[in-house]
Amino acid sequence: MSLLRDTWLICLRQLRPTLHSPVAGLGFSALQPILYLALFAPLLSGMPGAMGENPLQWFVPGVLAMLALFGTSFAGFGLLPELRSGAHERLLAAPVNRVALLLGRVLRDIAVLLGQATVILLIVVAFGLRVSPAGAVAGLLVLLIMGVGLGTLSYMLAMSVKQEFLFPAILQTTTMPLILLSGILLPMELAPTWLYTLSRINPLSHVVDAERALFAGDFSDPSVLVGSAVAVAVAVVALALGTRLMRRLAT
Amino acid sequence: MIRTRDLARTFQTKGGAVEAVRGLDLDIGAGELVAFLGPNGAGKSTTLRMLTTLLLPTSGSAAVAGCDVVADPKGVRRRIGYVGQGHAAGTGQYVADELVSQGRLYGLSKAEARSRAAELMADLDLEGLDKREAAHISGGQQRRLDIAMGLIHQPELLFLDEPSTGLDPHSRANLWSHITRLRERYGTTILLTTHYLDEADSIAERVIVIDHGSVIADGTPDELKGKVSGDLVSLEAGSEEDARAAAAAVEGVPATHSVDVSAATVRMRVDRGDAVLPEVLRTVDAHGLELRTVQVHRPSLDDVFLTLTGRSLRESAE
Repeated sequence: MSLLRDTWLICLRQLRPTLHSPVAGLGFSALQPILYLALFAPLLSGMPGAMGENPLQWFVPGVLAMLALFGTSFAGFGLLPELRSGAHERLLAAPVNRVALLLGRVLRDIAVLLGQATVILLIVVAFGLRVSPAGAVAGLLVLLIMGVGLGTLSYMLAMSVKQEFLFPAILQTTTMPLILLSGILLPMELAPTWLYTLSRINPLSHVVDAERALFAGDFSDPSVLVGSAVAVAVAVVALALGTRLMRRLAT
Repeated sequence: MIRTRDLARTFQTKGGAVEAVRGLDLDIGAGELVAFLGPNGAGKSTTLRMLTTLLLPTSGSAAVAGCDVVADPKGVRRRIGYVGQGHAAGTGQYVADELVSQGRLYGLSKAEARSRAAELMADLDLEGLDKREAAHISGGQQRRLDIAMGLIHQPELLFLDEPSTGLDPHSRANLWSHITRLRERYGTTILLTTHYLDEADSIAERVIVIDHGSVIADGTPDELKGKVSGDLVSLEAGSEEDARAAAAAVEGVPATHSVDVSAATVRMRVDRGDAVLPEVLRTVDAHGLELRTVQVHRPSLDDVFLTLTGRSLRESAE
């Protein structure tokens, strides 16, 4: 019981600064994918073939996956100042469920991600994109599950790195190859064989494939199963590691 | 309220094992106001972190508010308040929100947490700051907010880790008047760490001096000062000649020792300056000598530390 109650209380606490200044809290972190939609996607319409007849149809699911990746994997950044000040320690000295301290934060990030993804989706639908409603819901769900995993890993990284200059450096060097090898920007089918093979090792590329199939309403595509399984696996592994870390904090 | 036996903590560092706390035996009763005094790195904070369940002991045992810190950390956490060295409000949080969510995390209902938060904000001069971001209030206000967070659940025992470090003298005095007032009202047991000597001296009823991870002295400030070889009495005479004559005269007064003359000043150690001074003055008078000034210095806690370790706390603290 204390796990659920404490997770909820921590989540509410974490949401407060976002609600105080929604533009800074929600807008800026969603800006990058929106810029890709506005300034990069138009380039794709000039390209031959590989993305099907409507490149935006192909591009949008990937951009949402990008939003999920950036939104959650940088989440640990918000914990760093509280690790440096006494805020995190104060919570550790309180009778709060240890795992809730992690899950409450992740839950807040997932809520923010859901809000941002919904807004972007509504905008592109307003611009005439055709989306399968059931597929979109399933697609968002997969992204949220992946987000739980990535957010958890990000907080674990923040807790072990603790250094404010090191954290973004580590994240940038990890997320960059993940994005490049994900097929979000361009179809990996265009790549030479060795690069295509590398992209298949990248878990994110499977999630992106699943998103594309789901948003098109193609539930029977094998990538849906593979992508969902990858998202669940990331979440399960991260939560297992995160739970273990939180329980062993006082050592 | 606190009982430790052979409590120890060793840290593994690149340079090898560092024994931050070794073989600590503490007994602190309910209602006491105790200060841990010692230079940086003496083991004060490490001890506090073990007692507040933030750090596991390497060996030994500690019971805090009736709960074992290793076997029942949650029991300890429920019963104690902890104010750490750093300011403890979160990024972008409003003052009242942080207080209320702190109360909720200690199990209070929403209504209880709100009324308790309002009460503490009134008590600690934080009224009107409800919707101010904690990062934007003054250092003194931030520290009082930290203490309010530590007291939200009316703990029987409050830990304060260097509560006044970084505050200007006025805010320090203000903070202490708040803490002593709250203590009188609720009878909270308080254990604090400080490296301000005057603070330990004026506020604590019991001072535990820690150095290199062990207790080297324990008692009331006056008892500790009693360990130093007495008060310093200095007499300023009209001339060097008079001073030497006065020195020769007071040598005969029982209970004076280490009489020493430099220029026109006579210095001597006596066990109780206040009790011996009349006799000293009568003796000087009887020899027909005139004095310009008379001073009695009670030993400071720094003198105590110096006597015990051969080092000055002021130097070690740097």
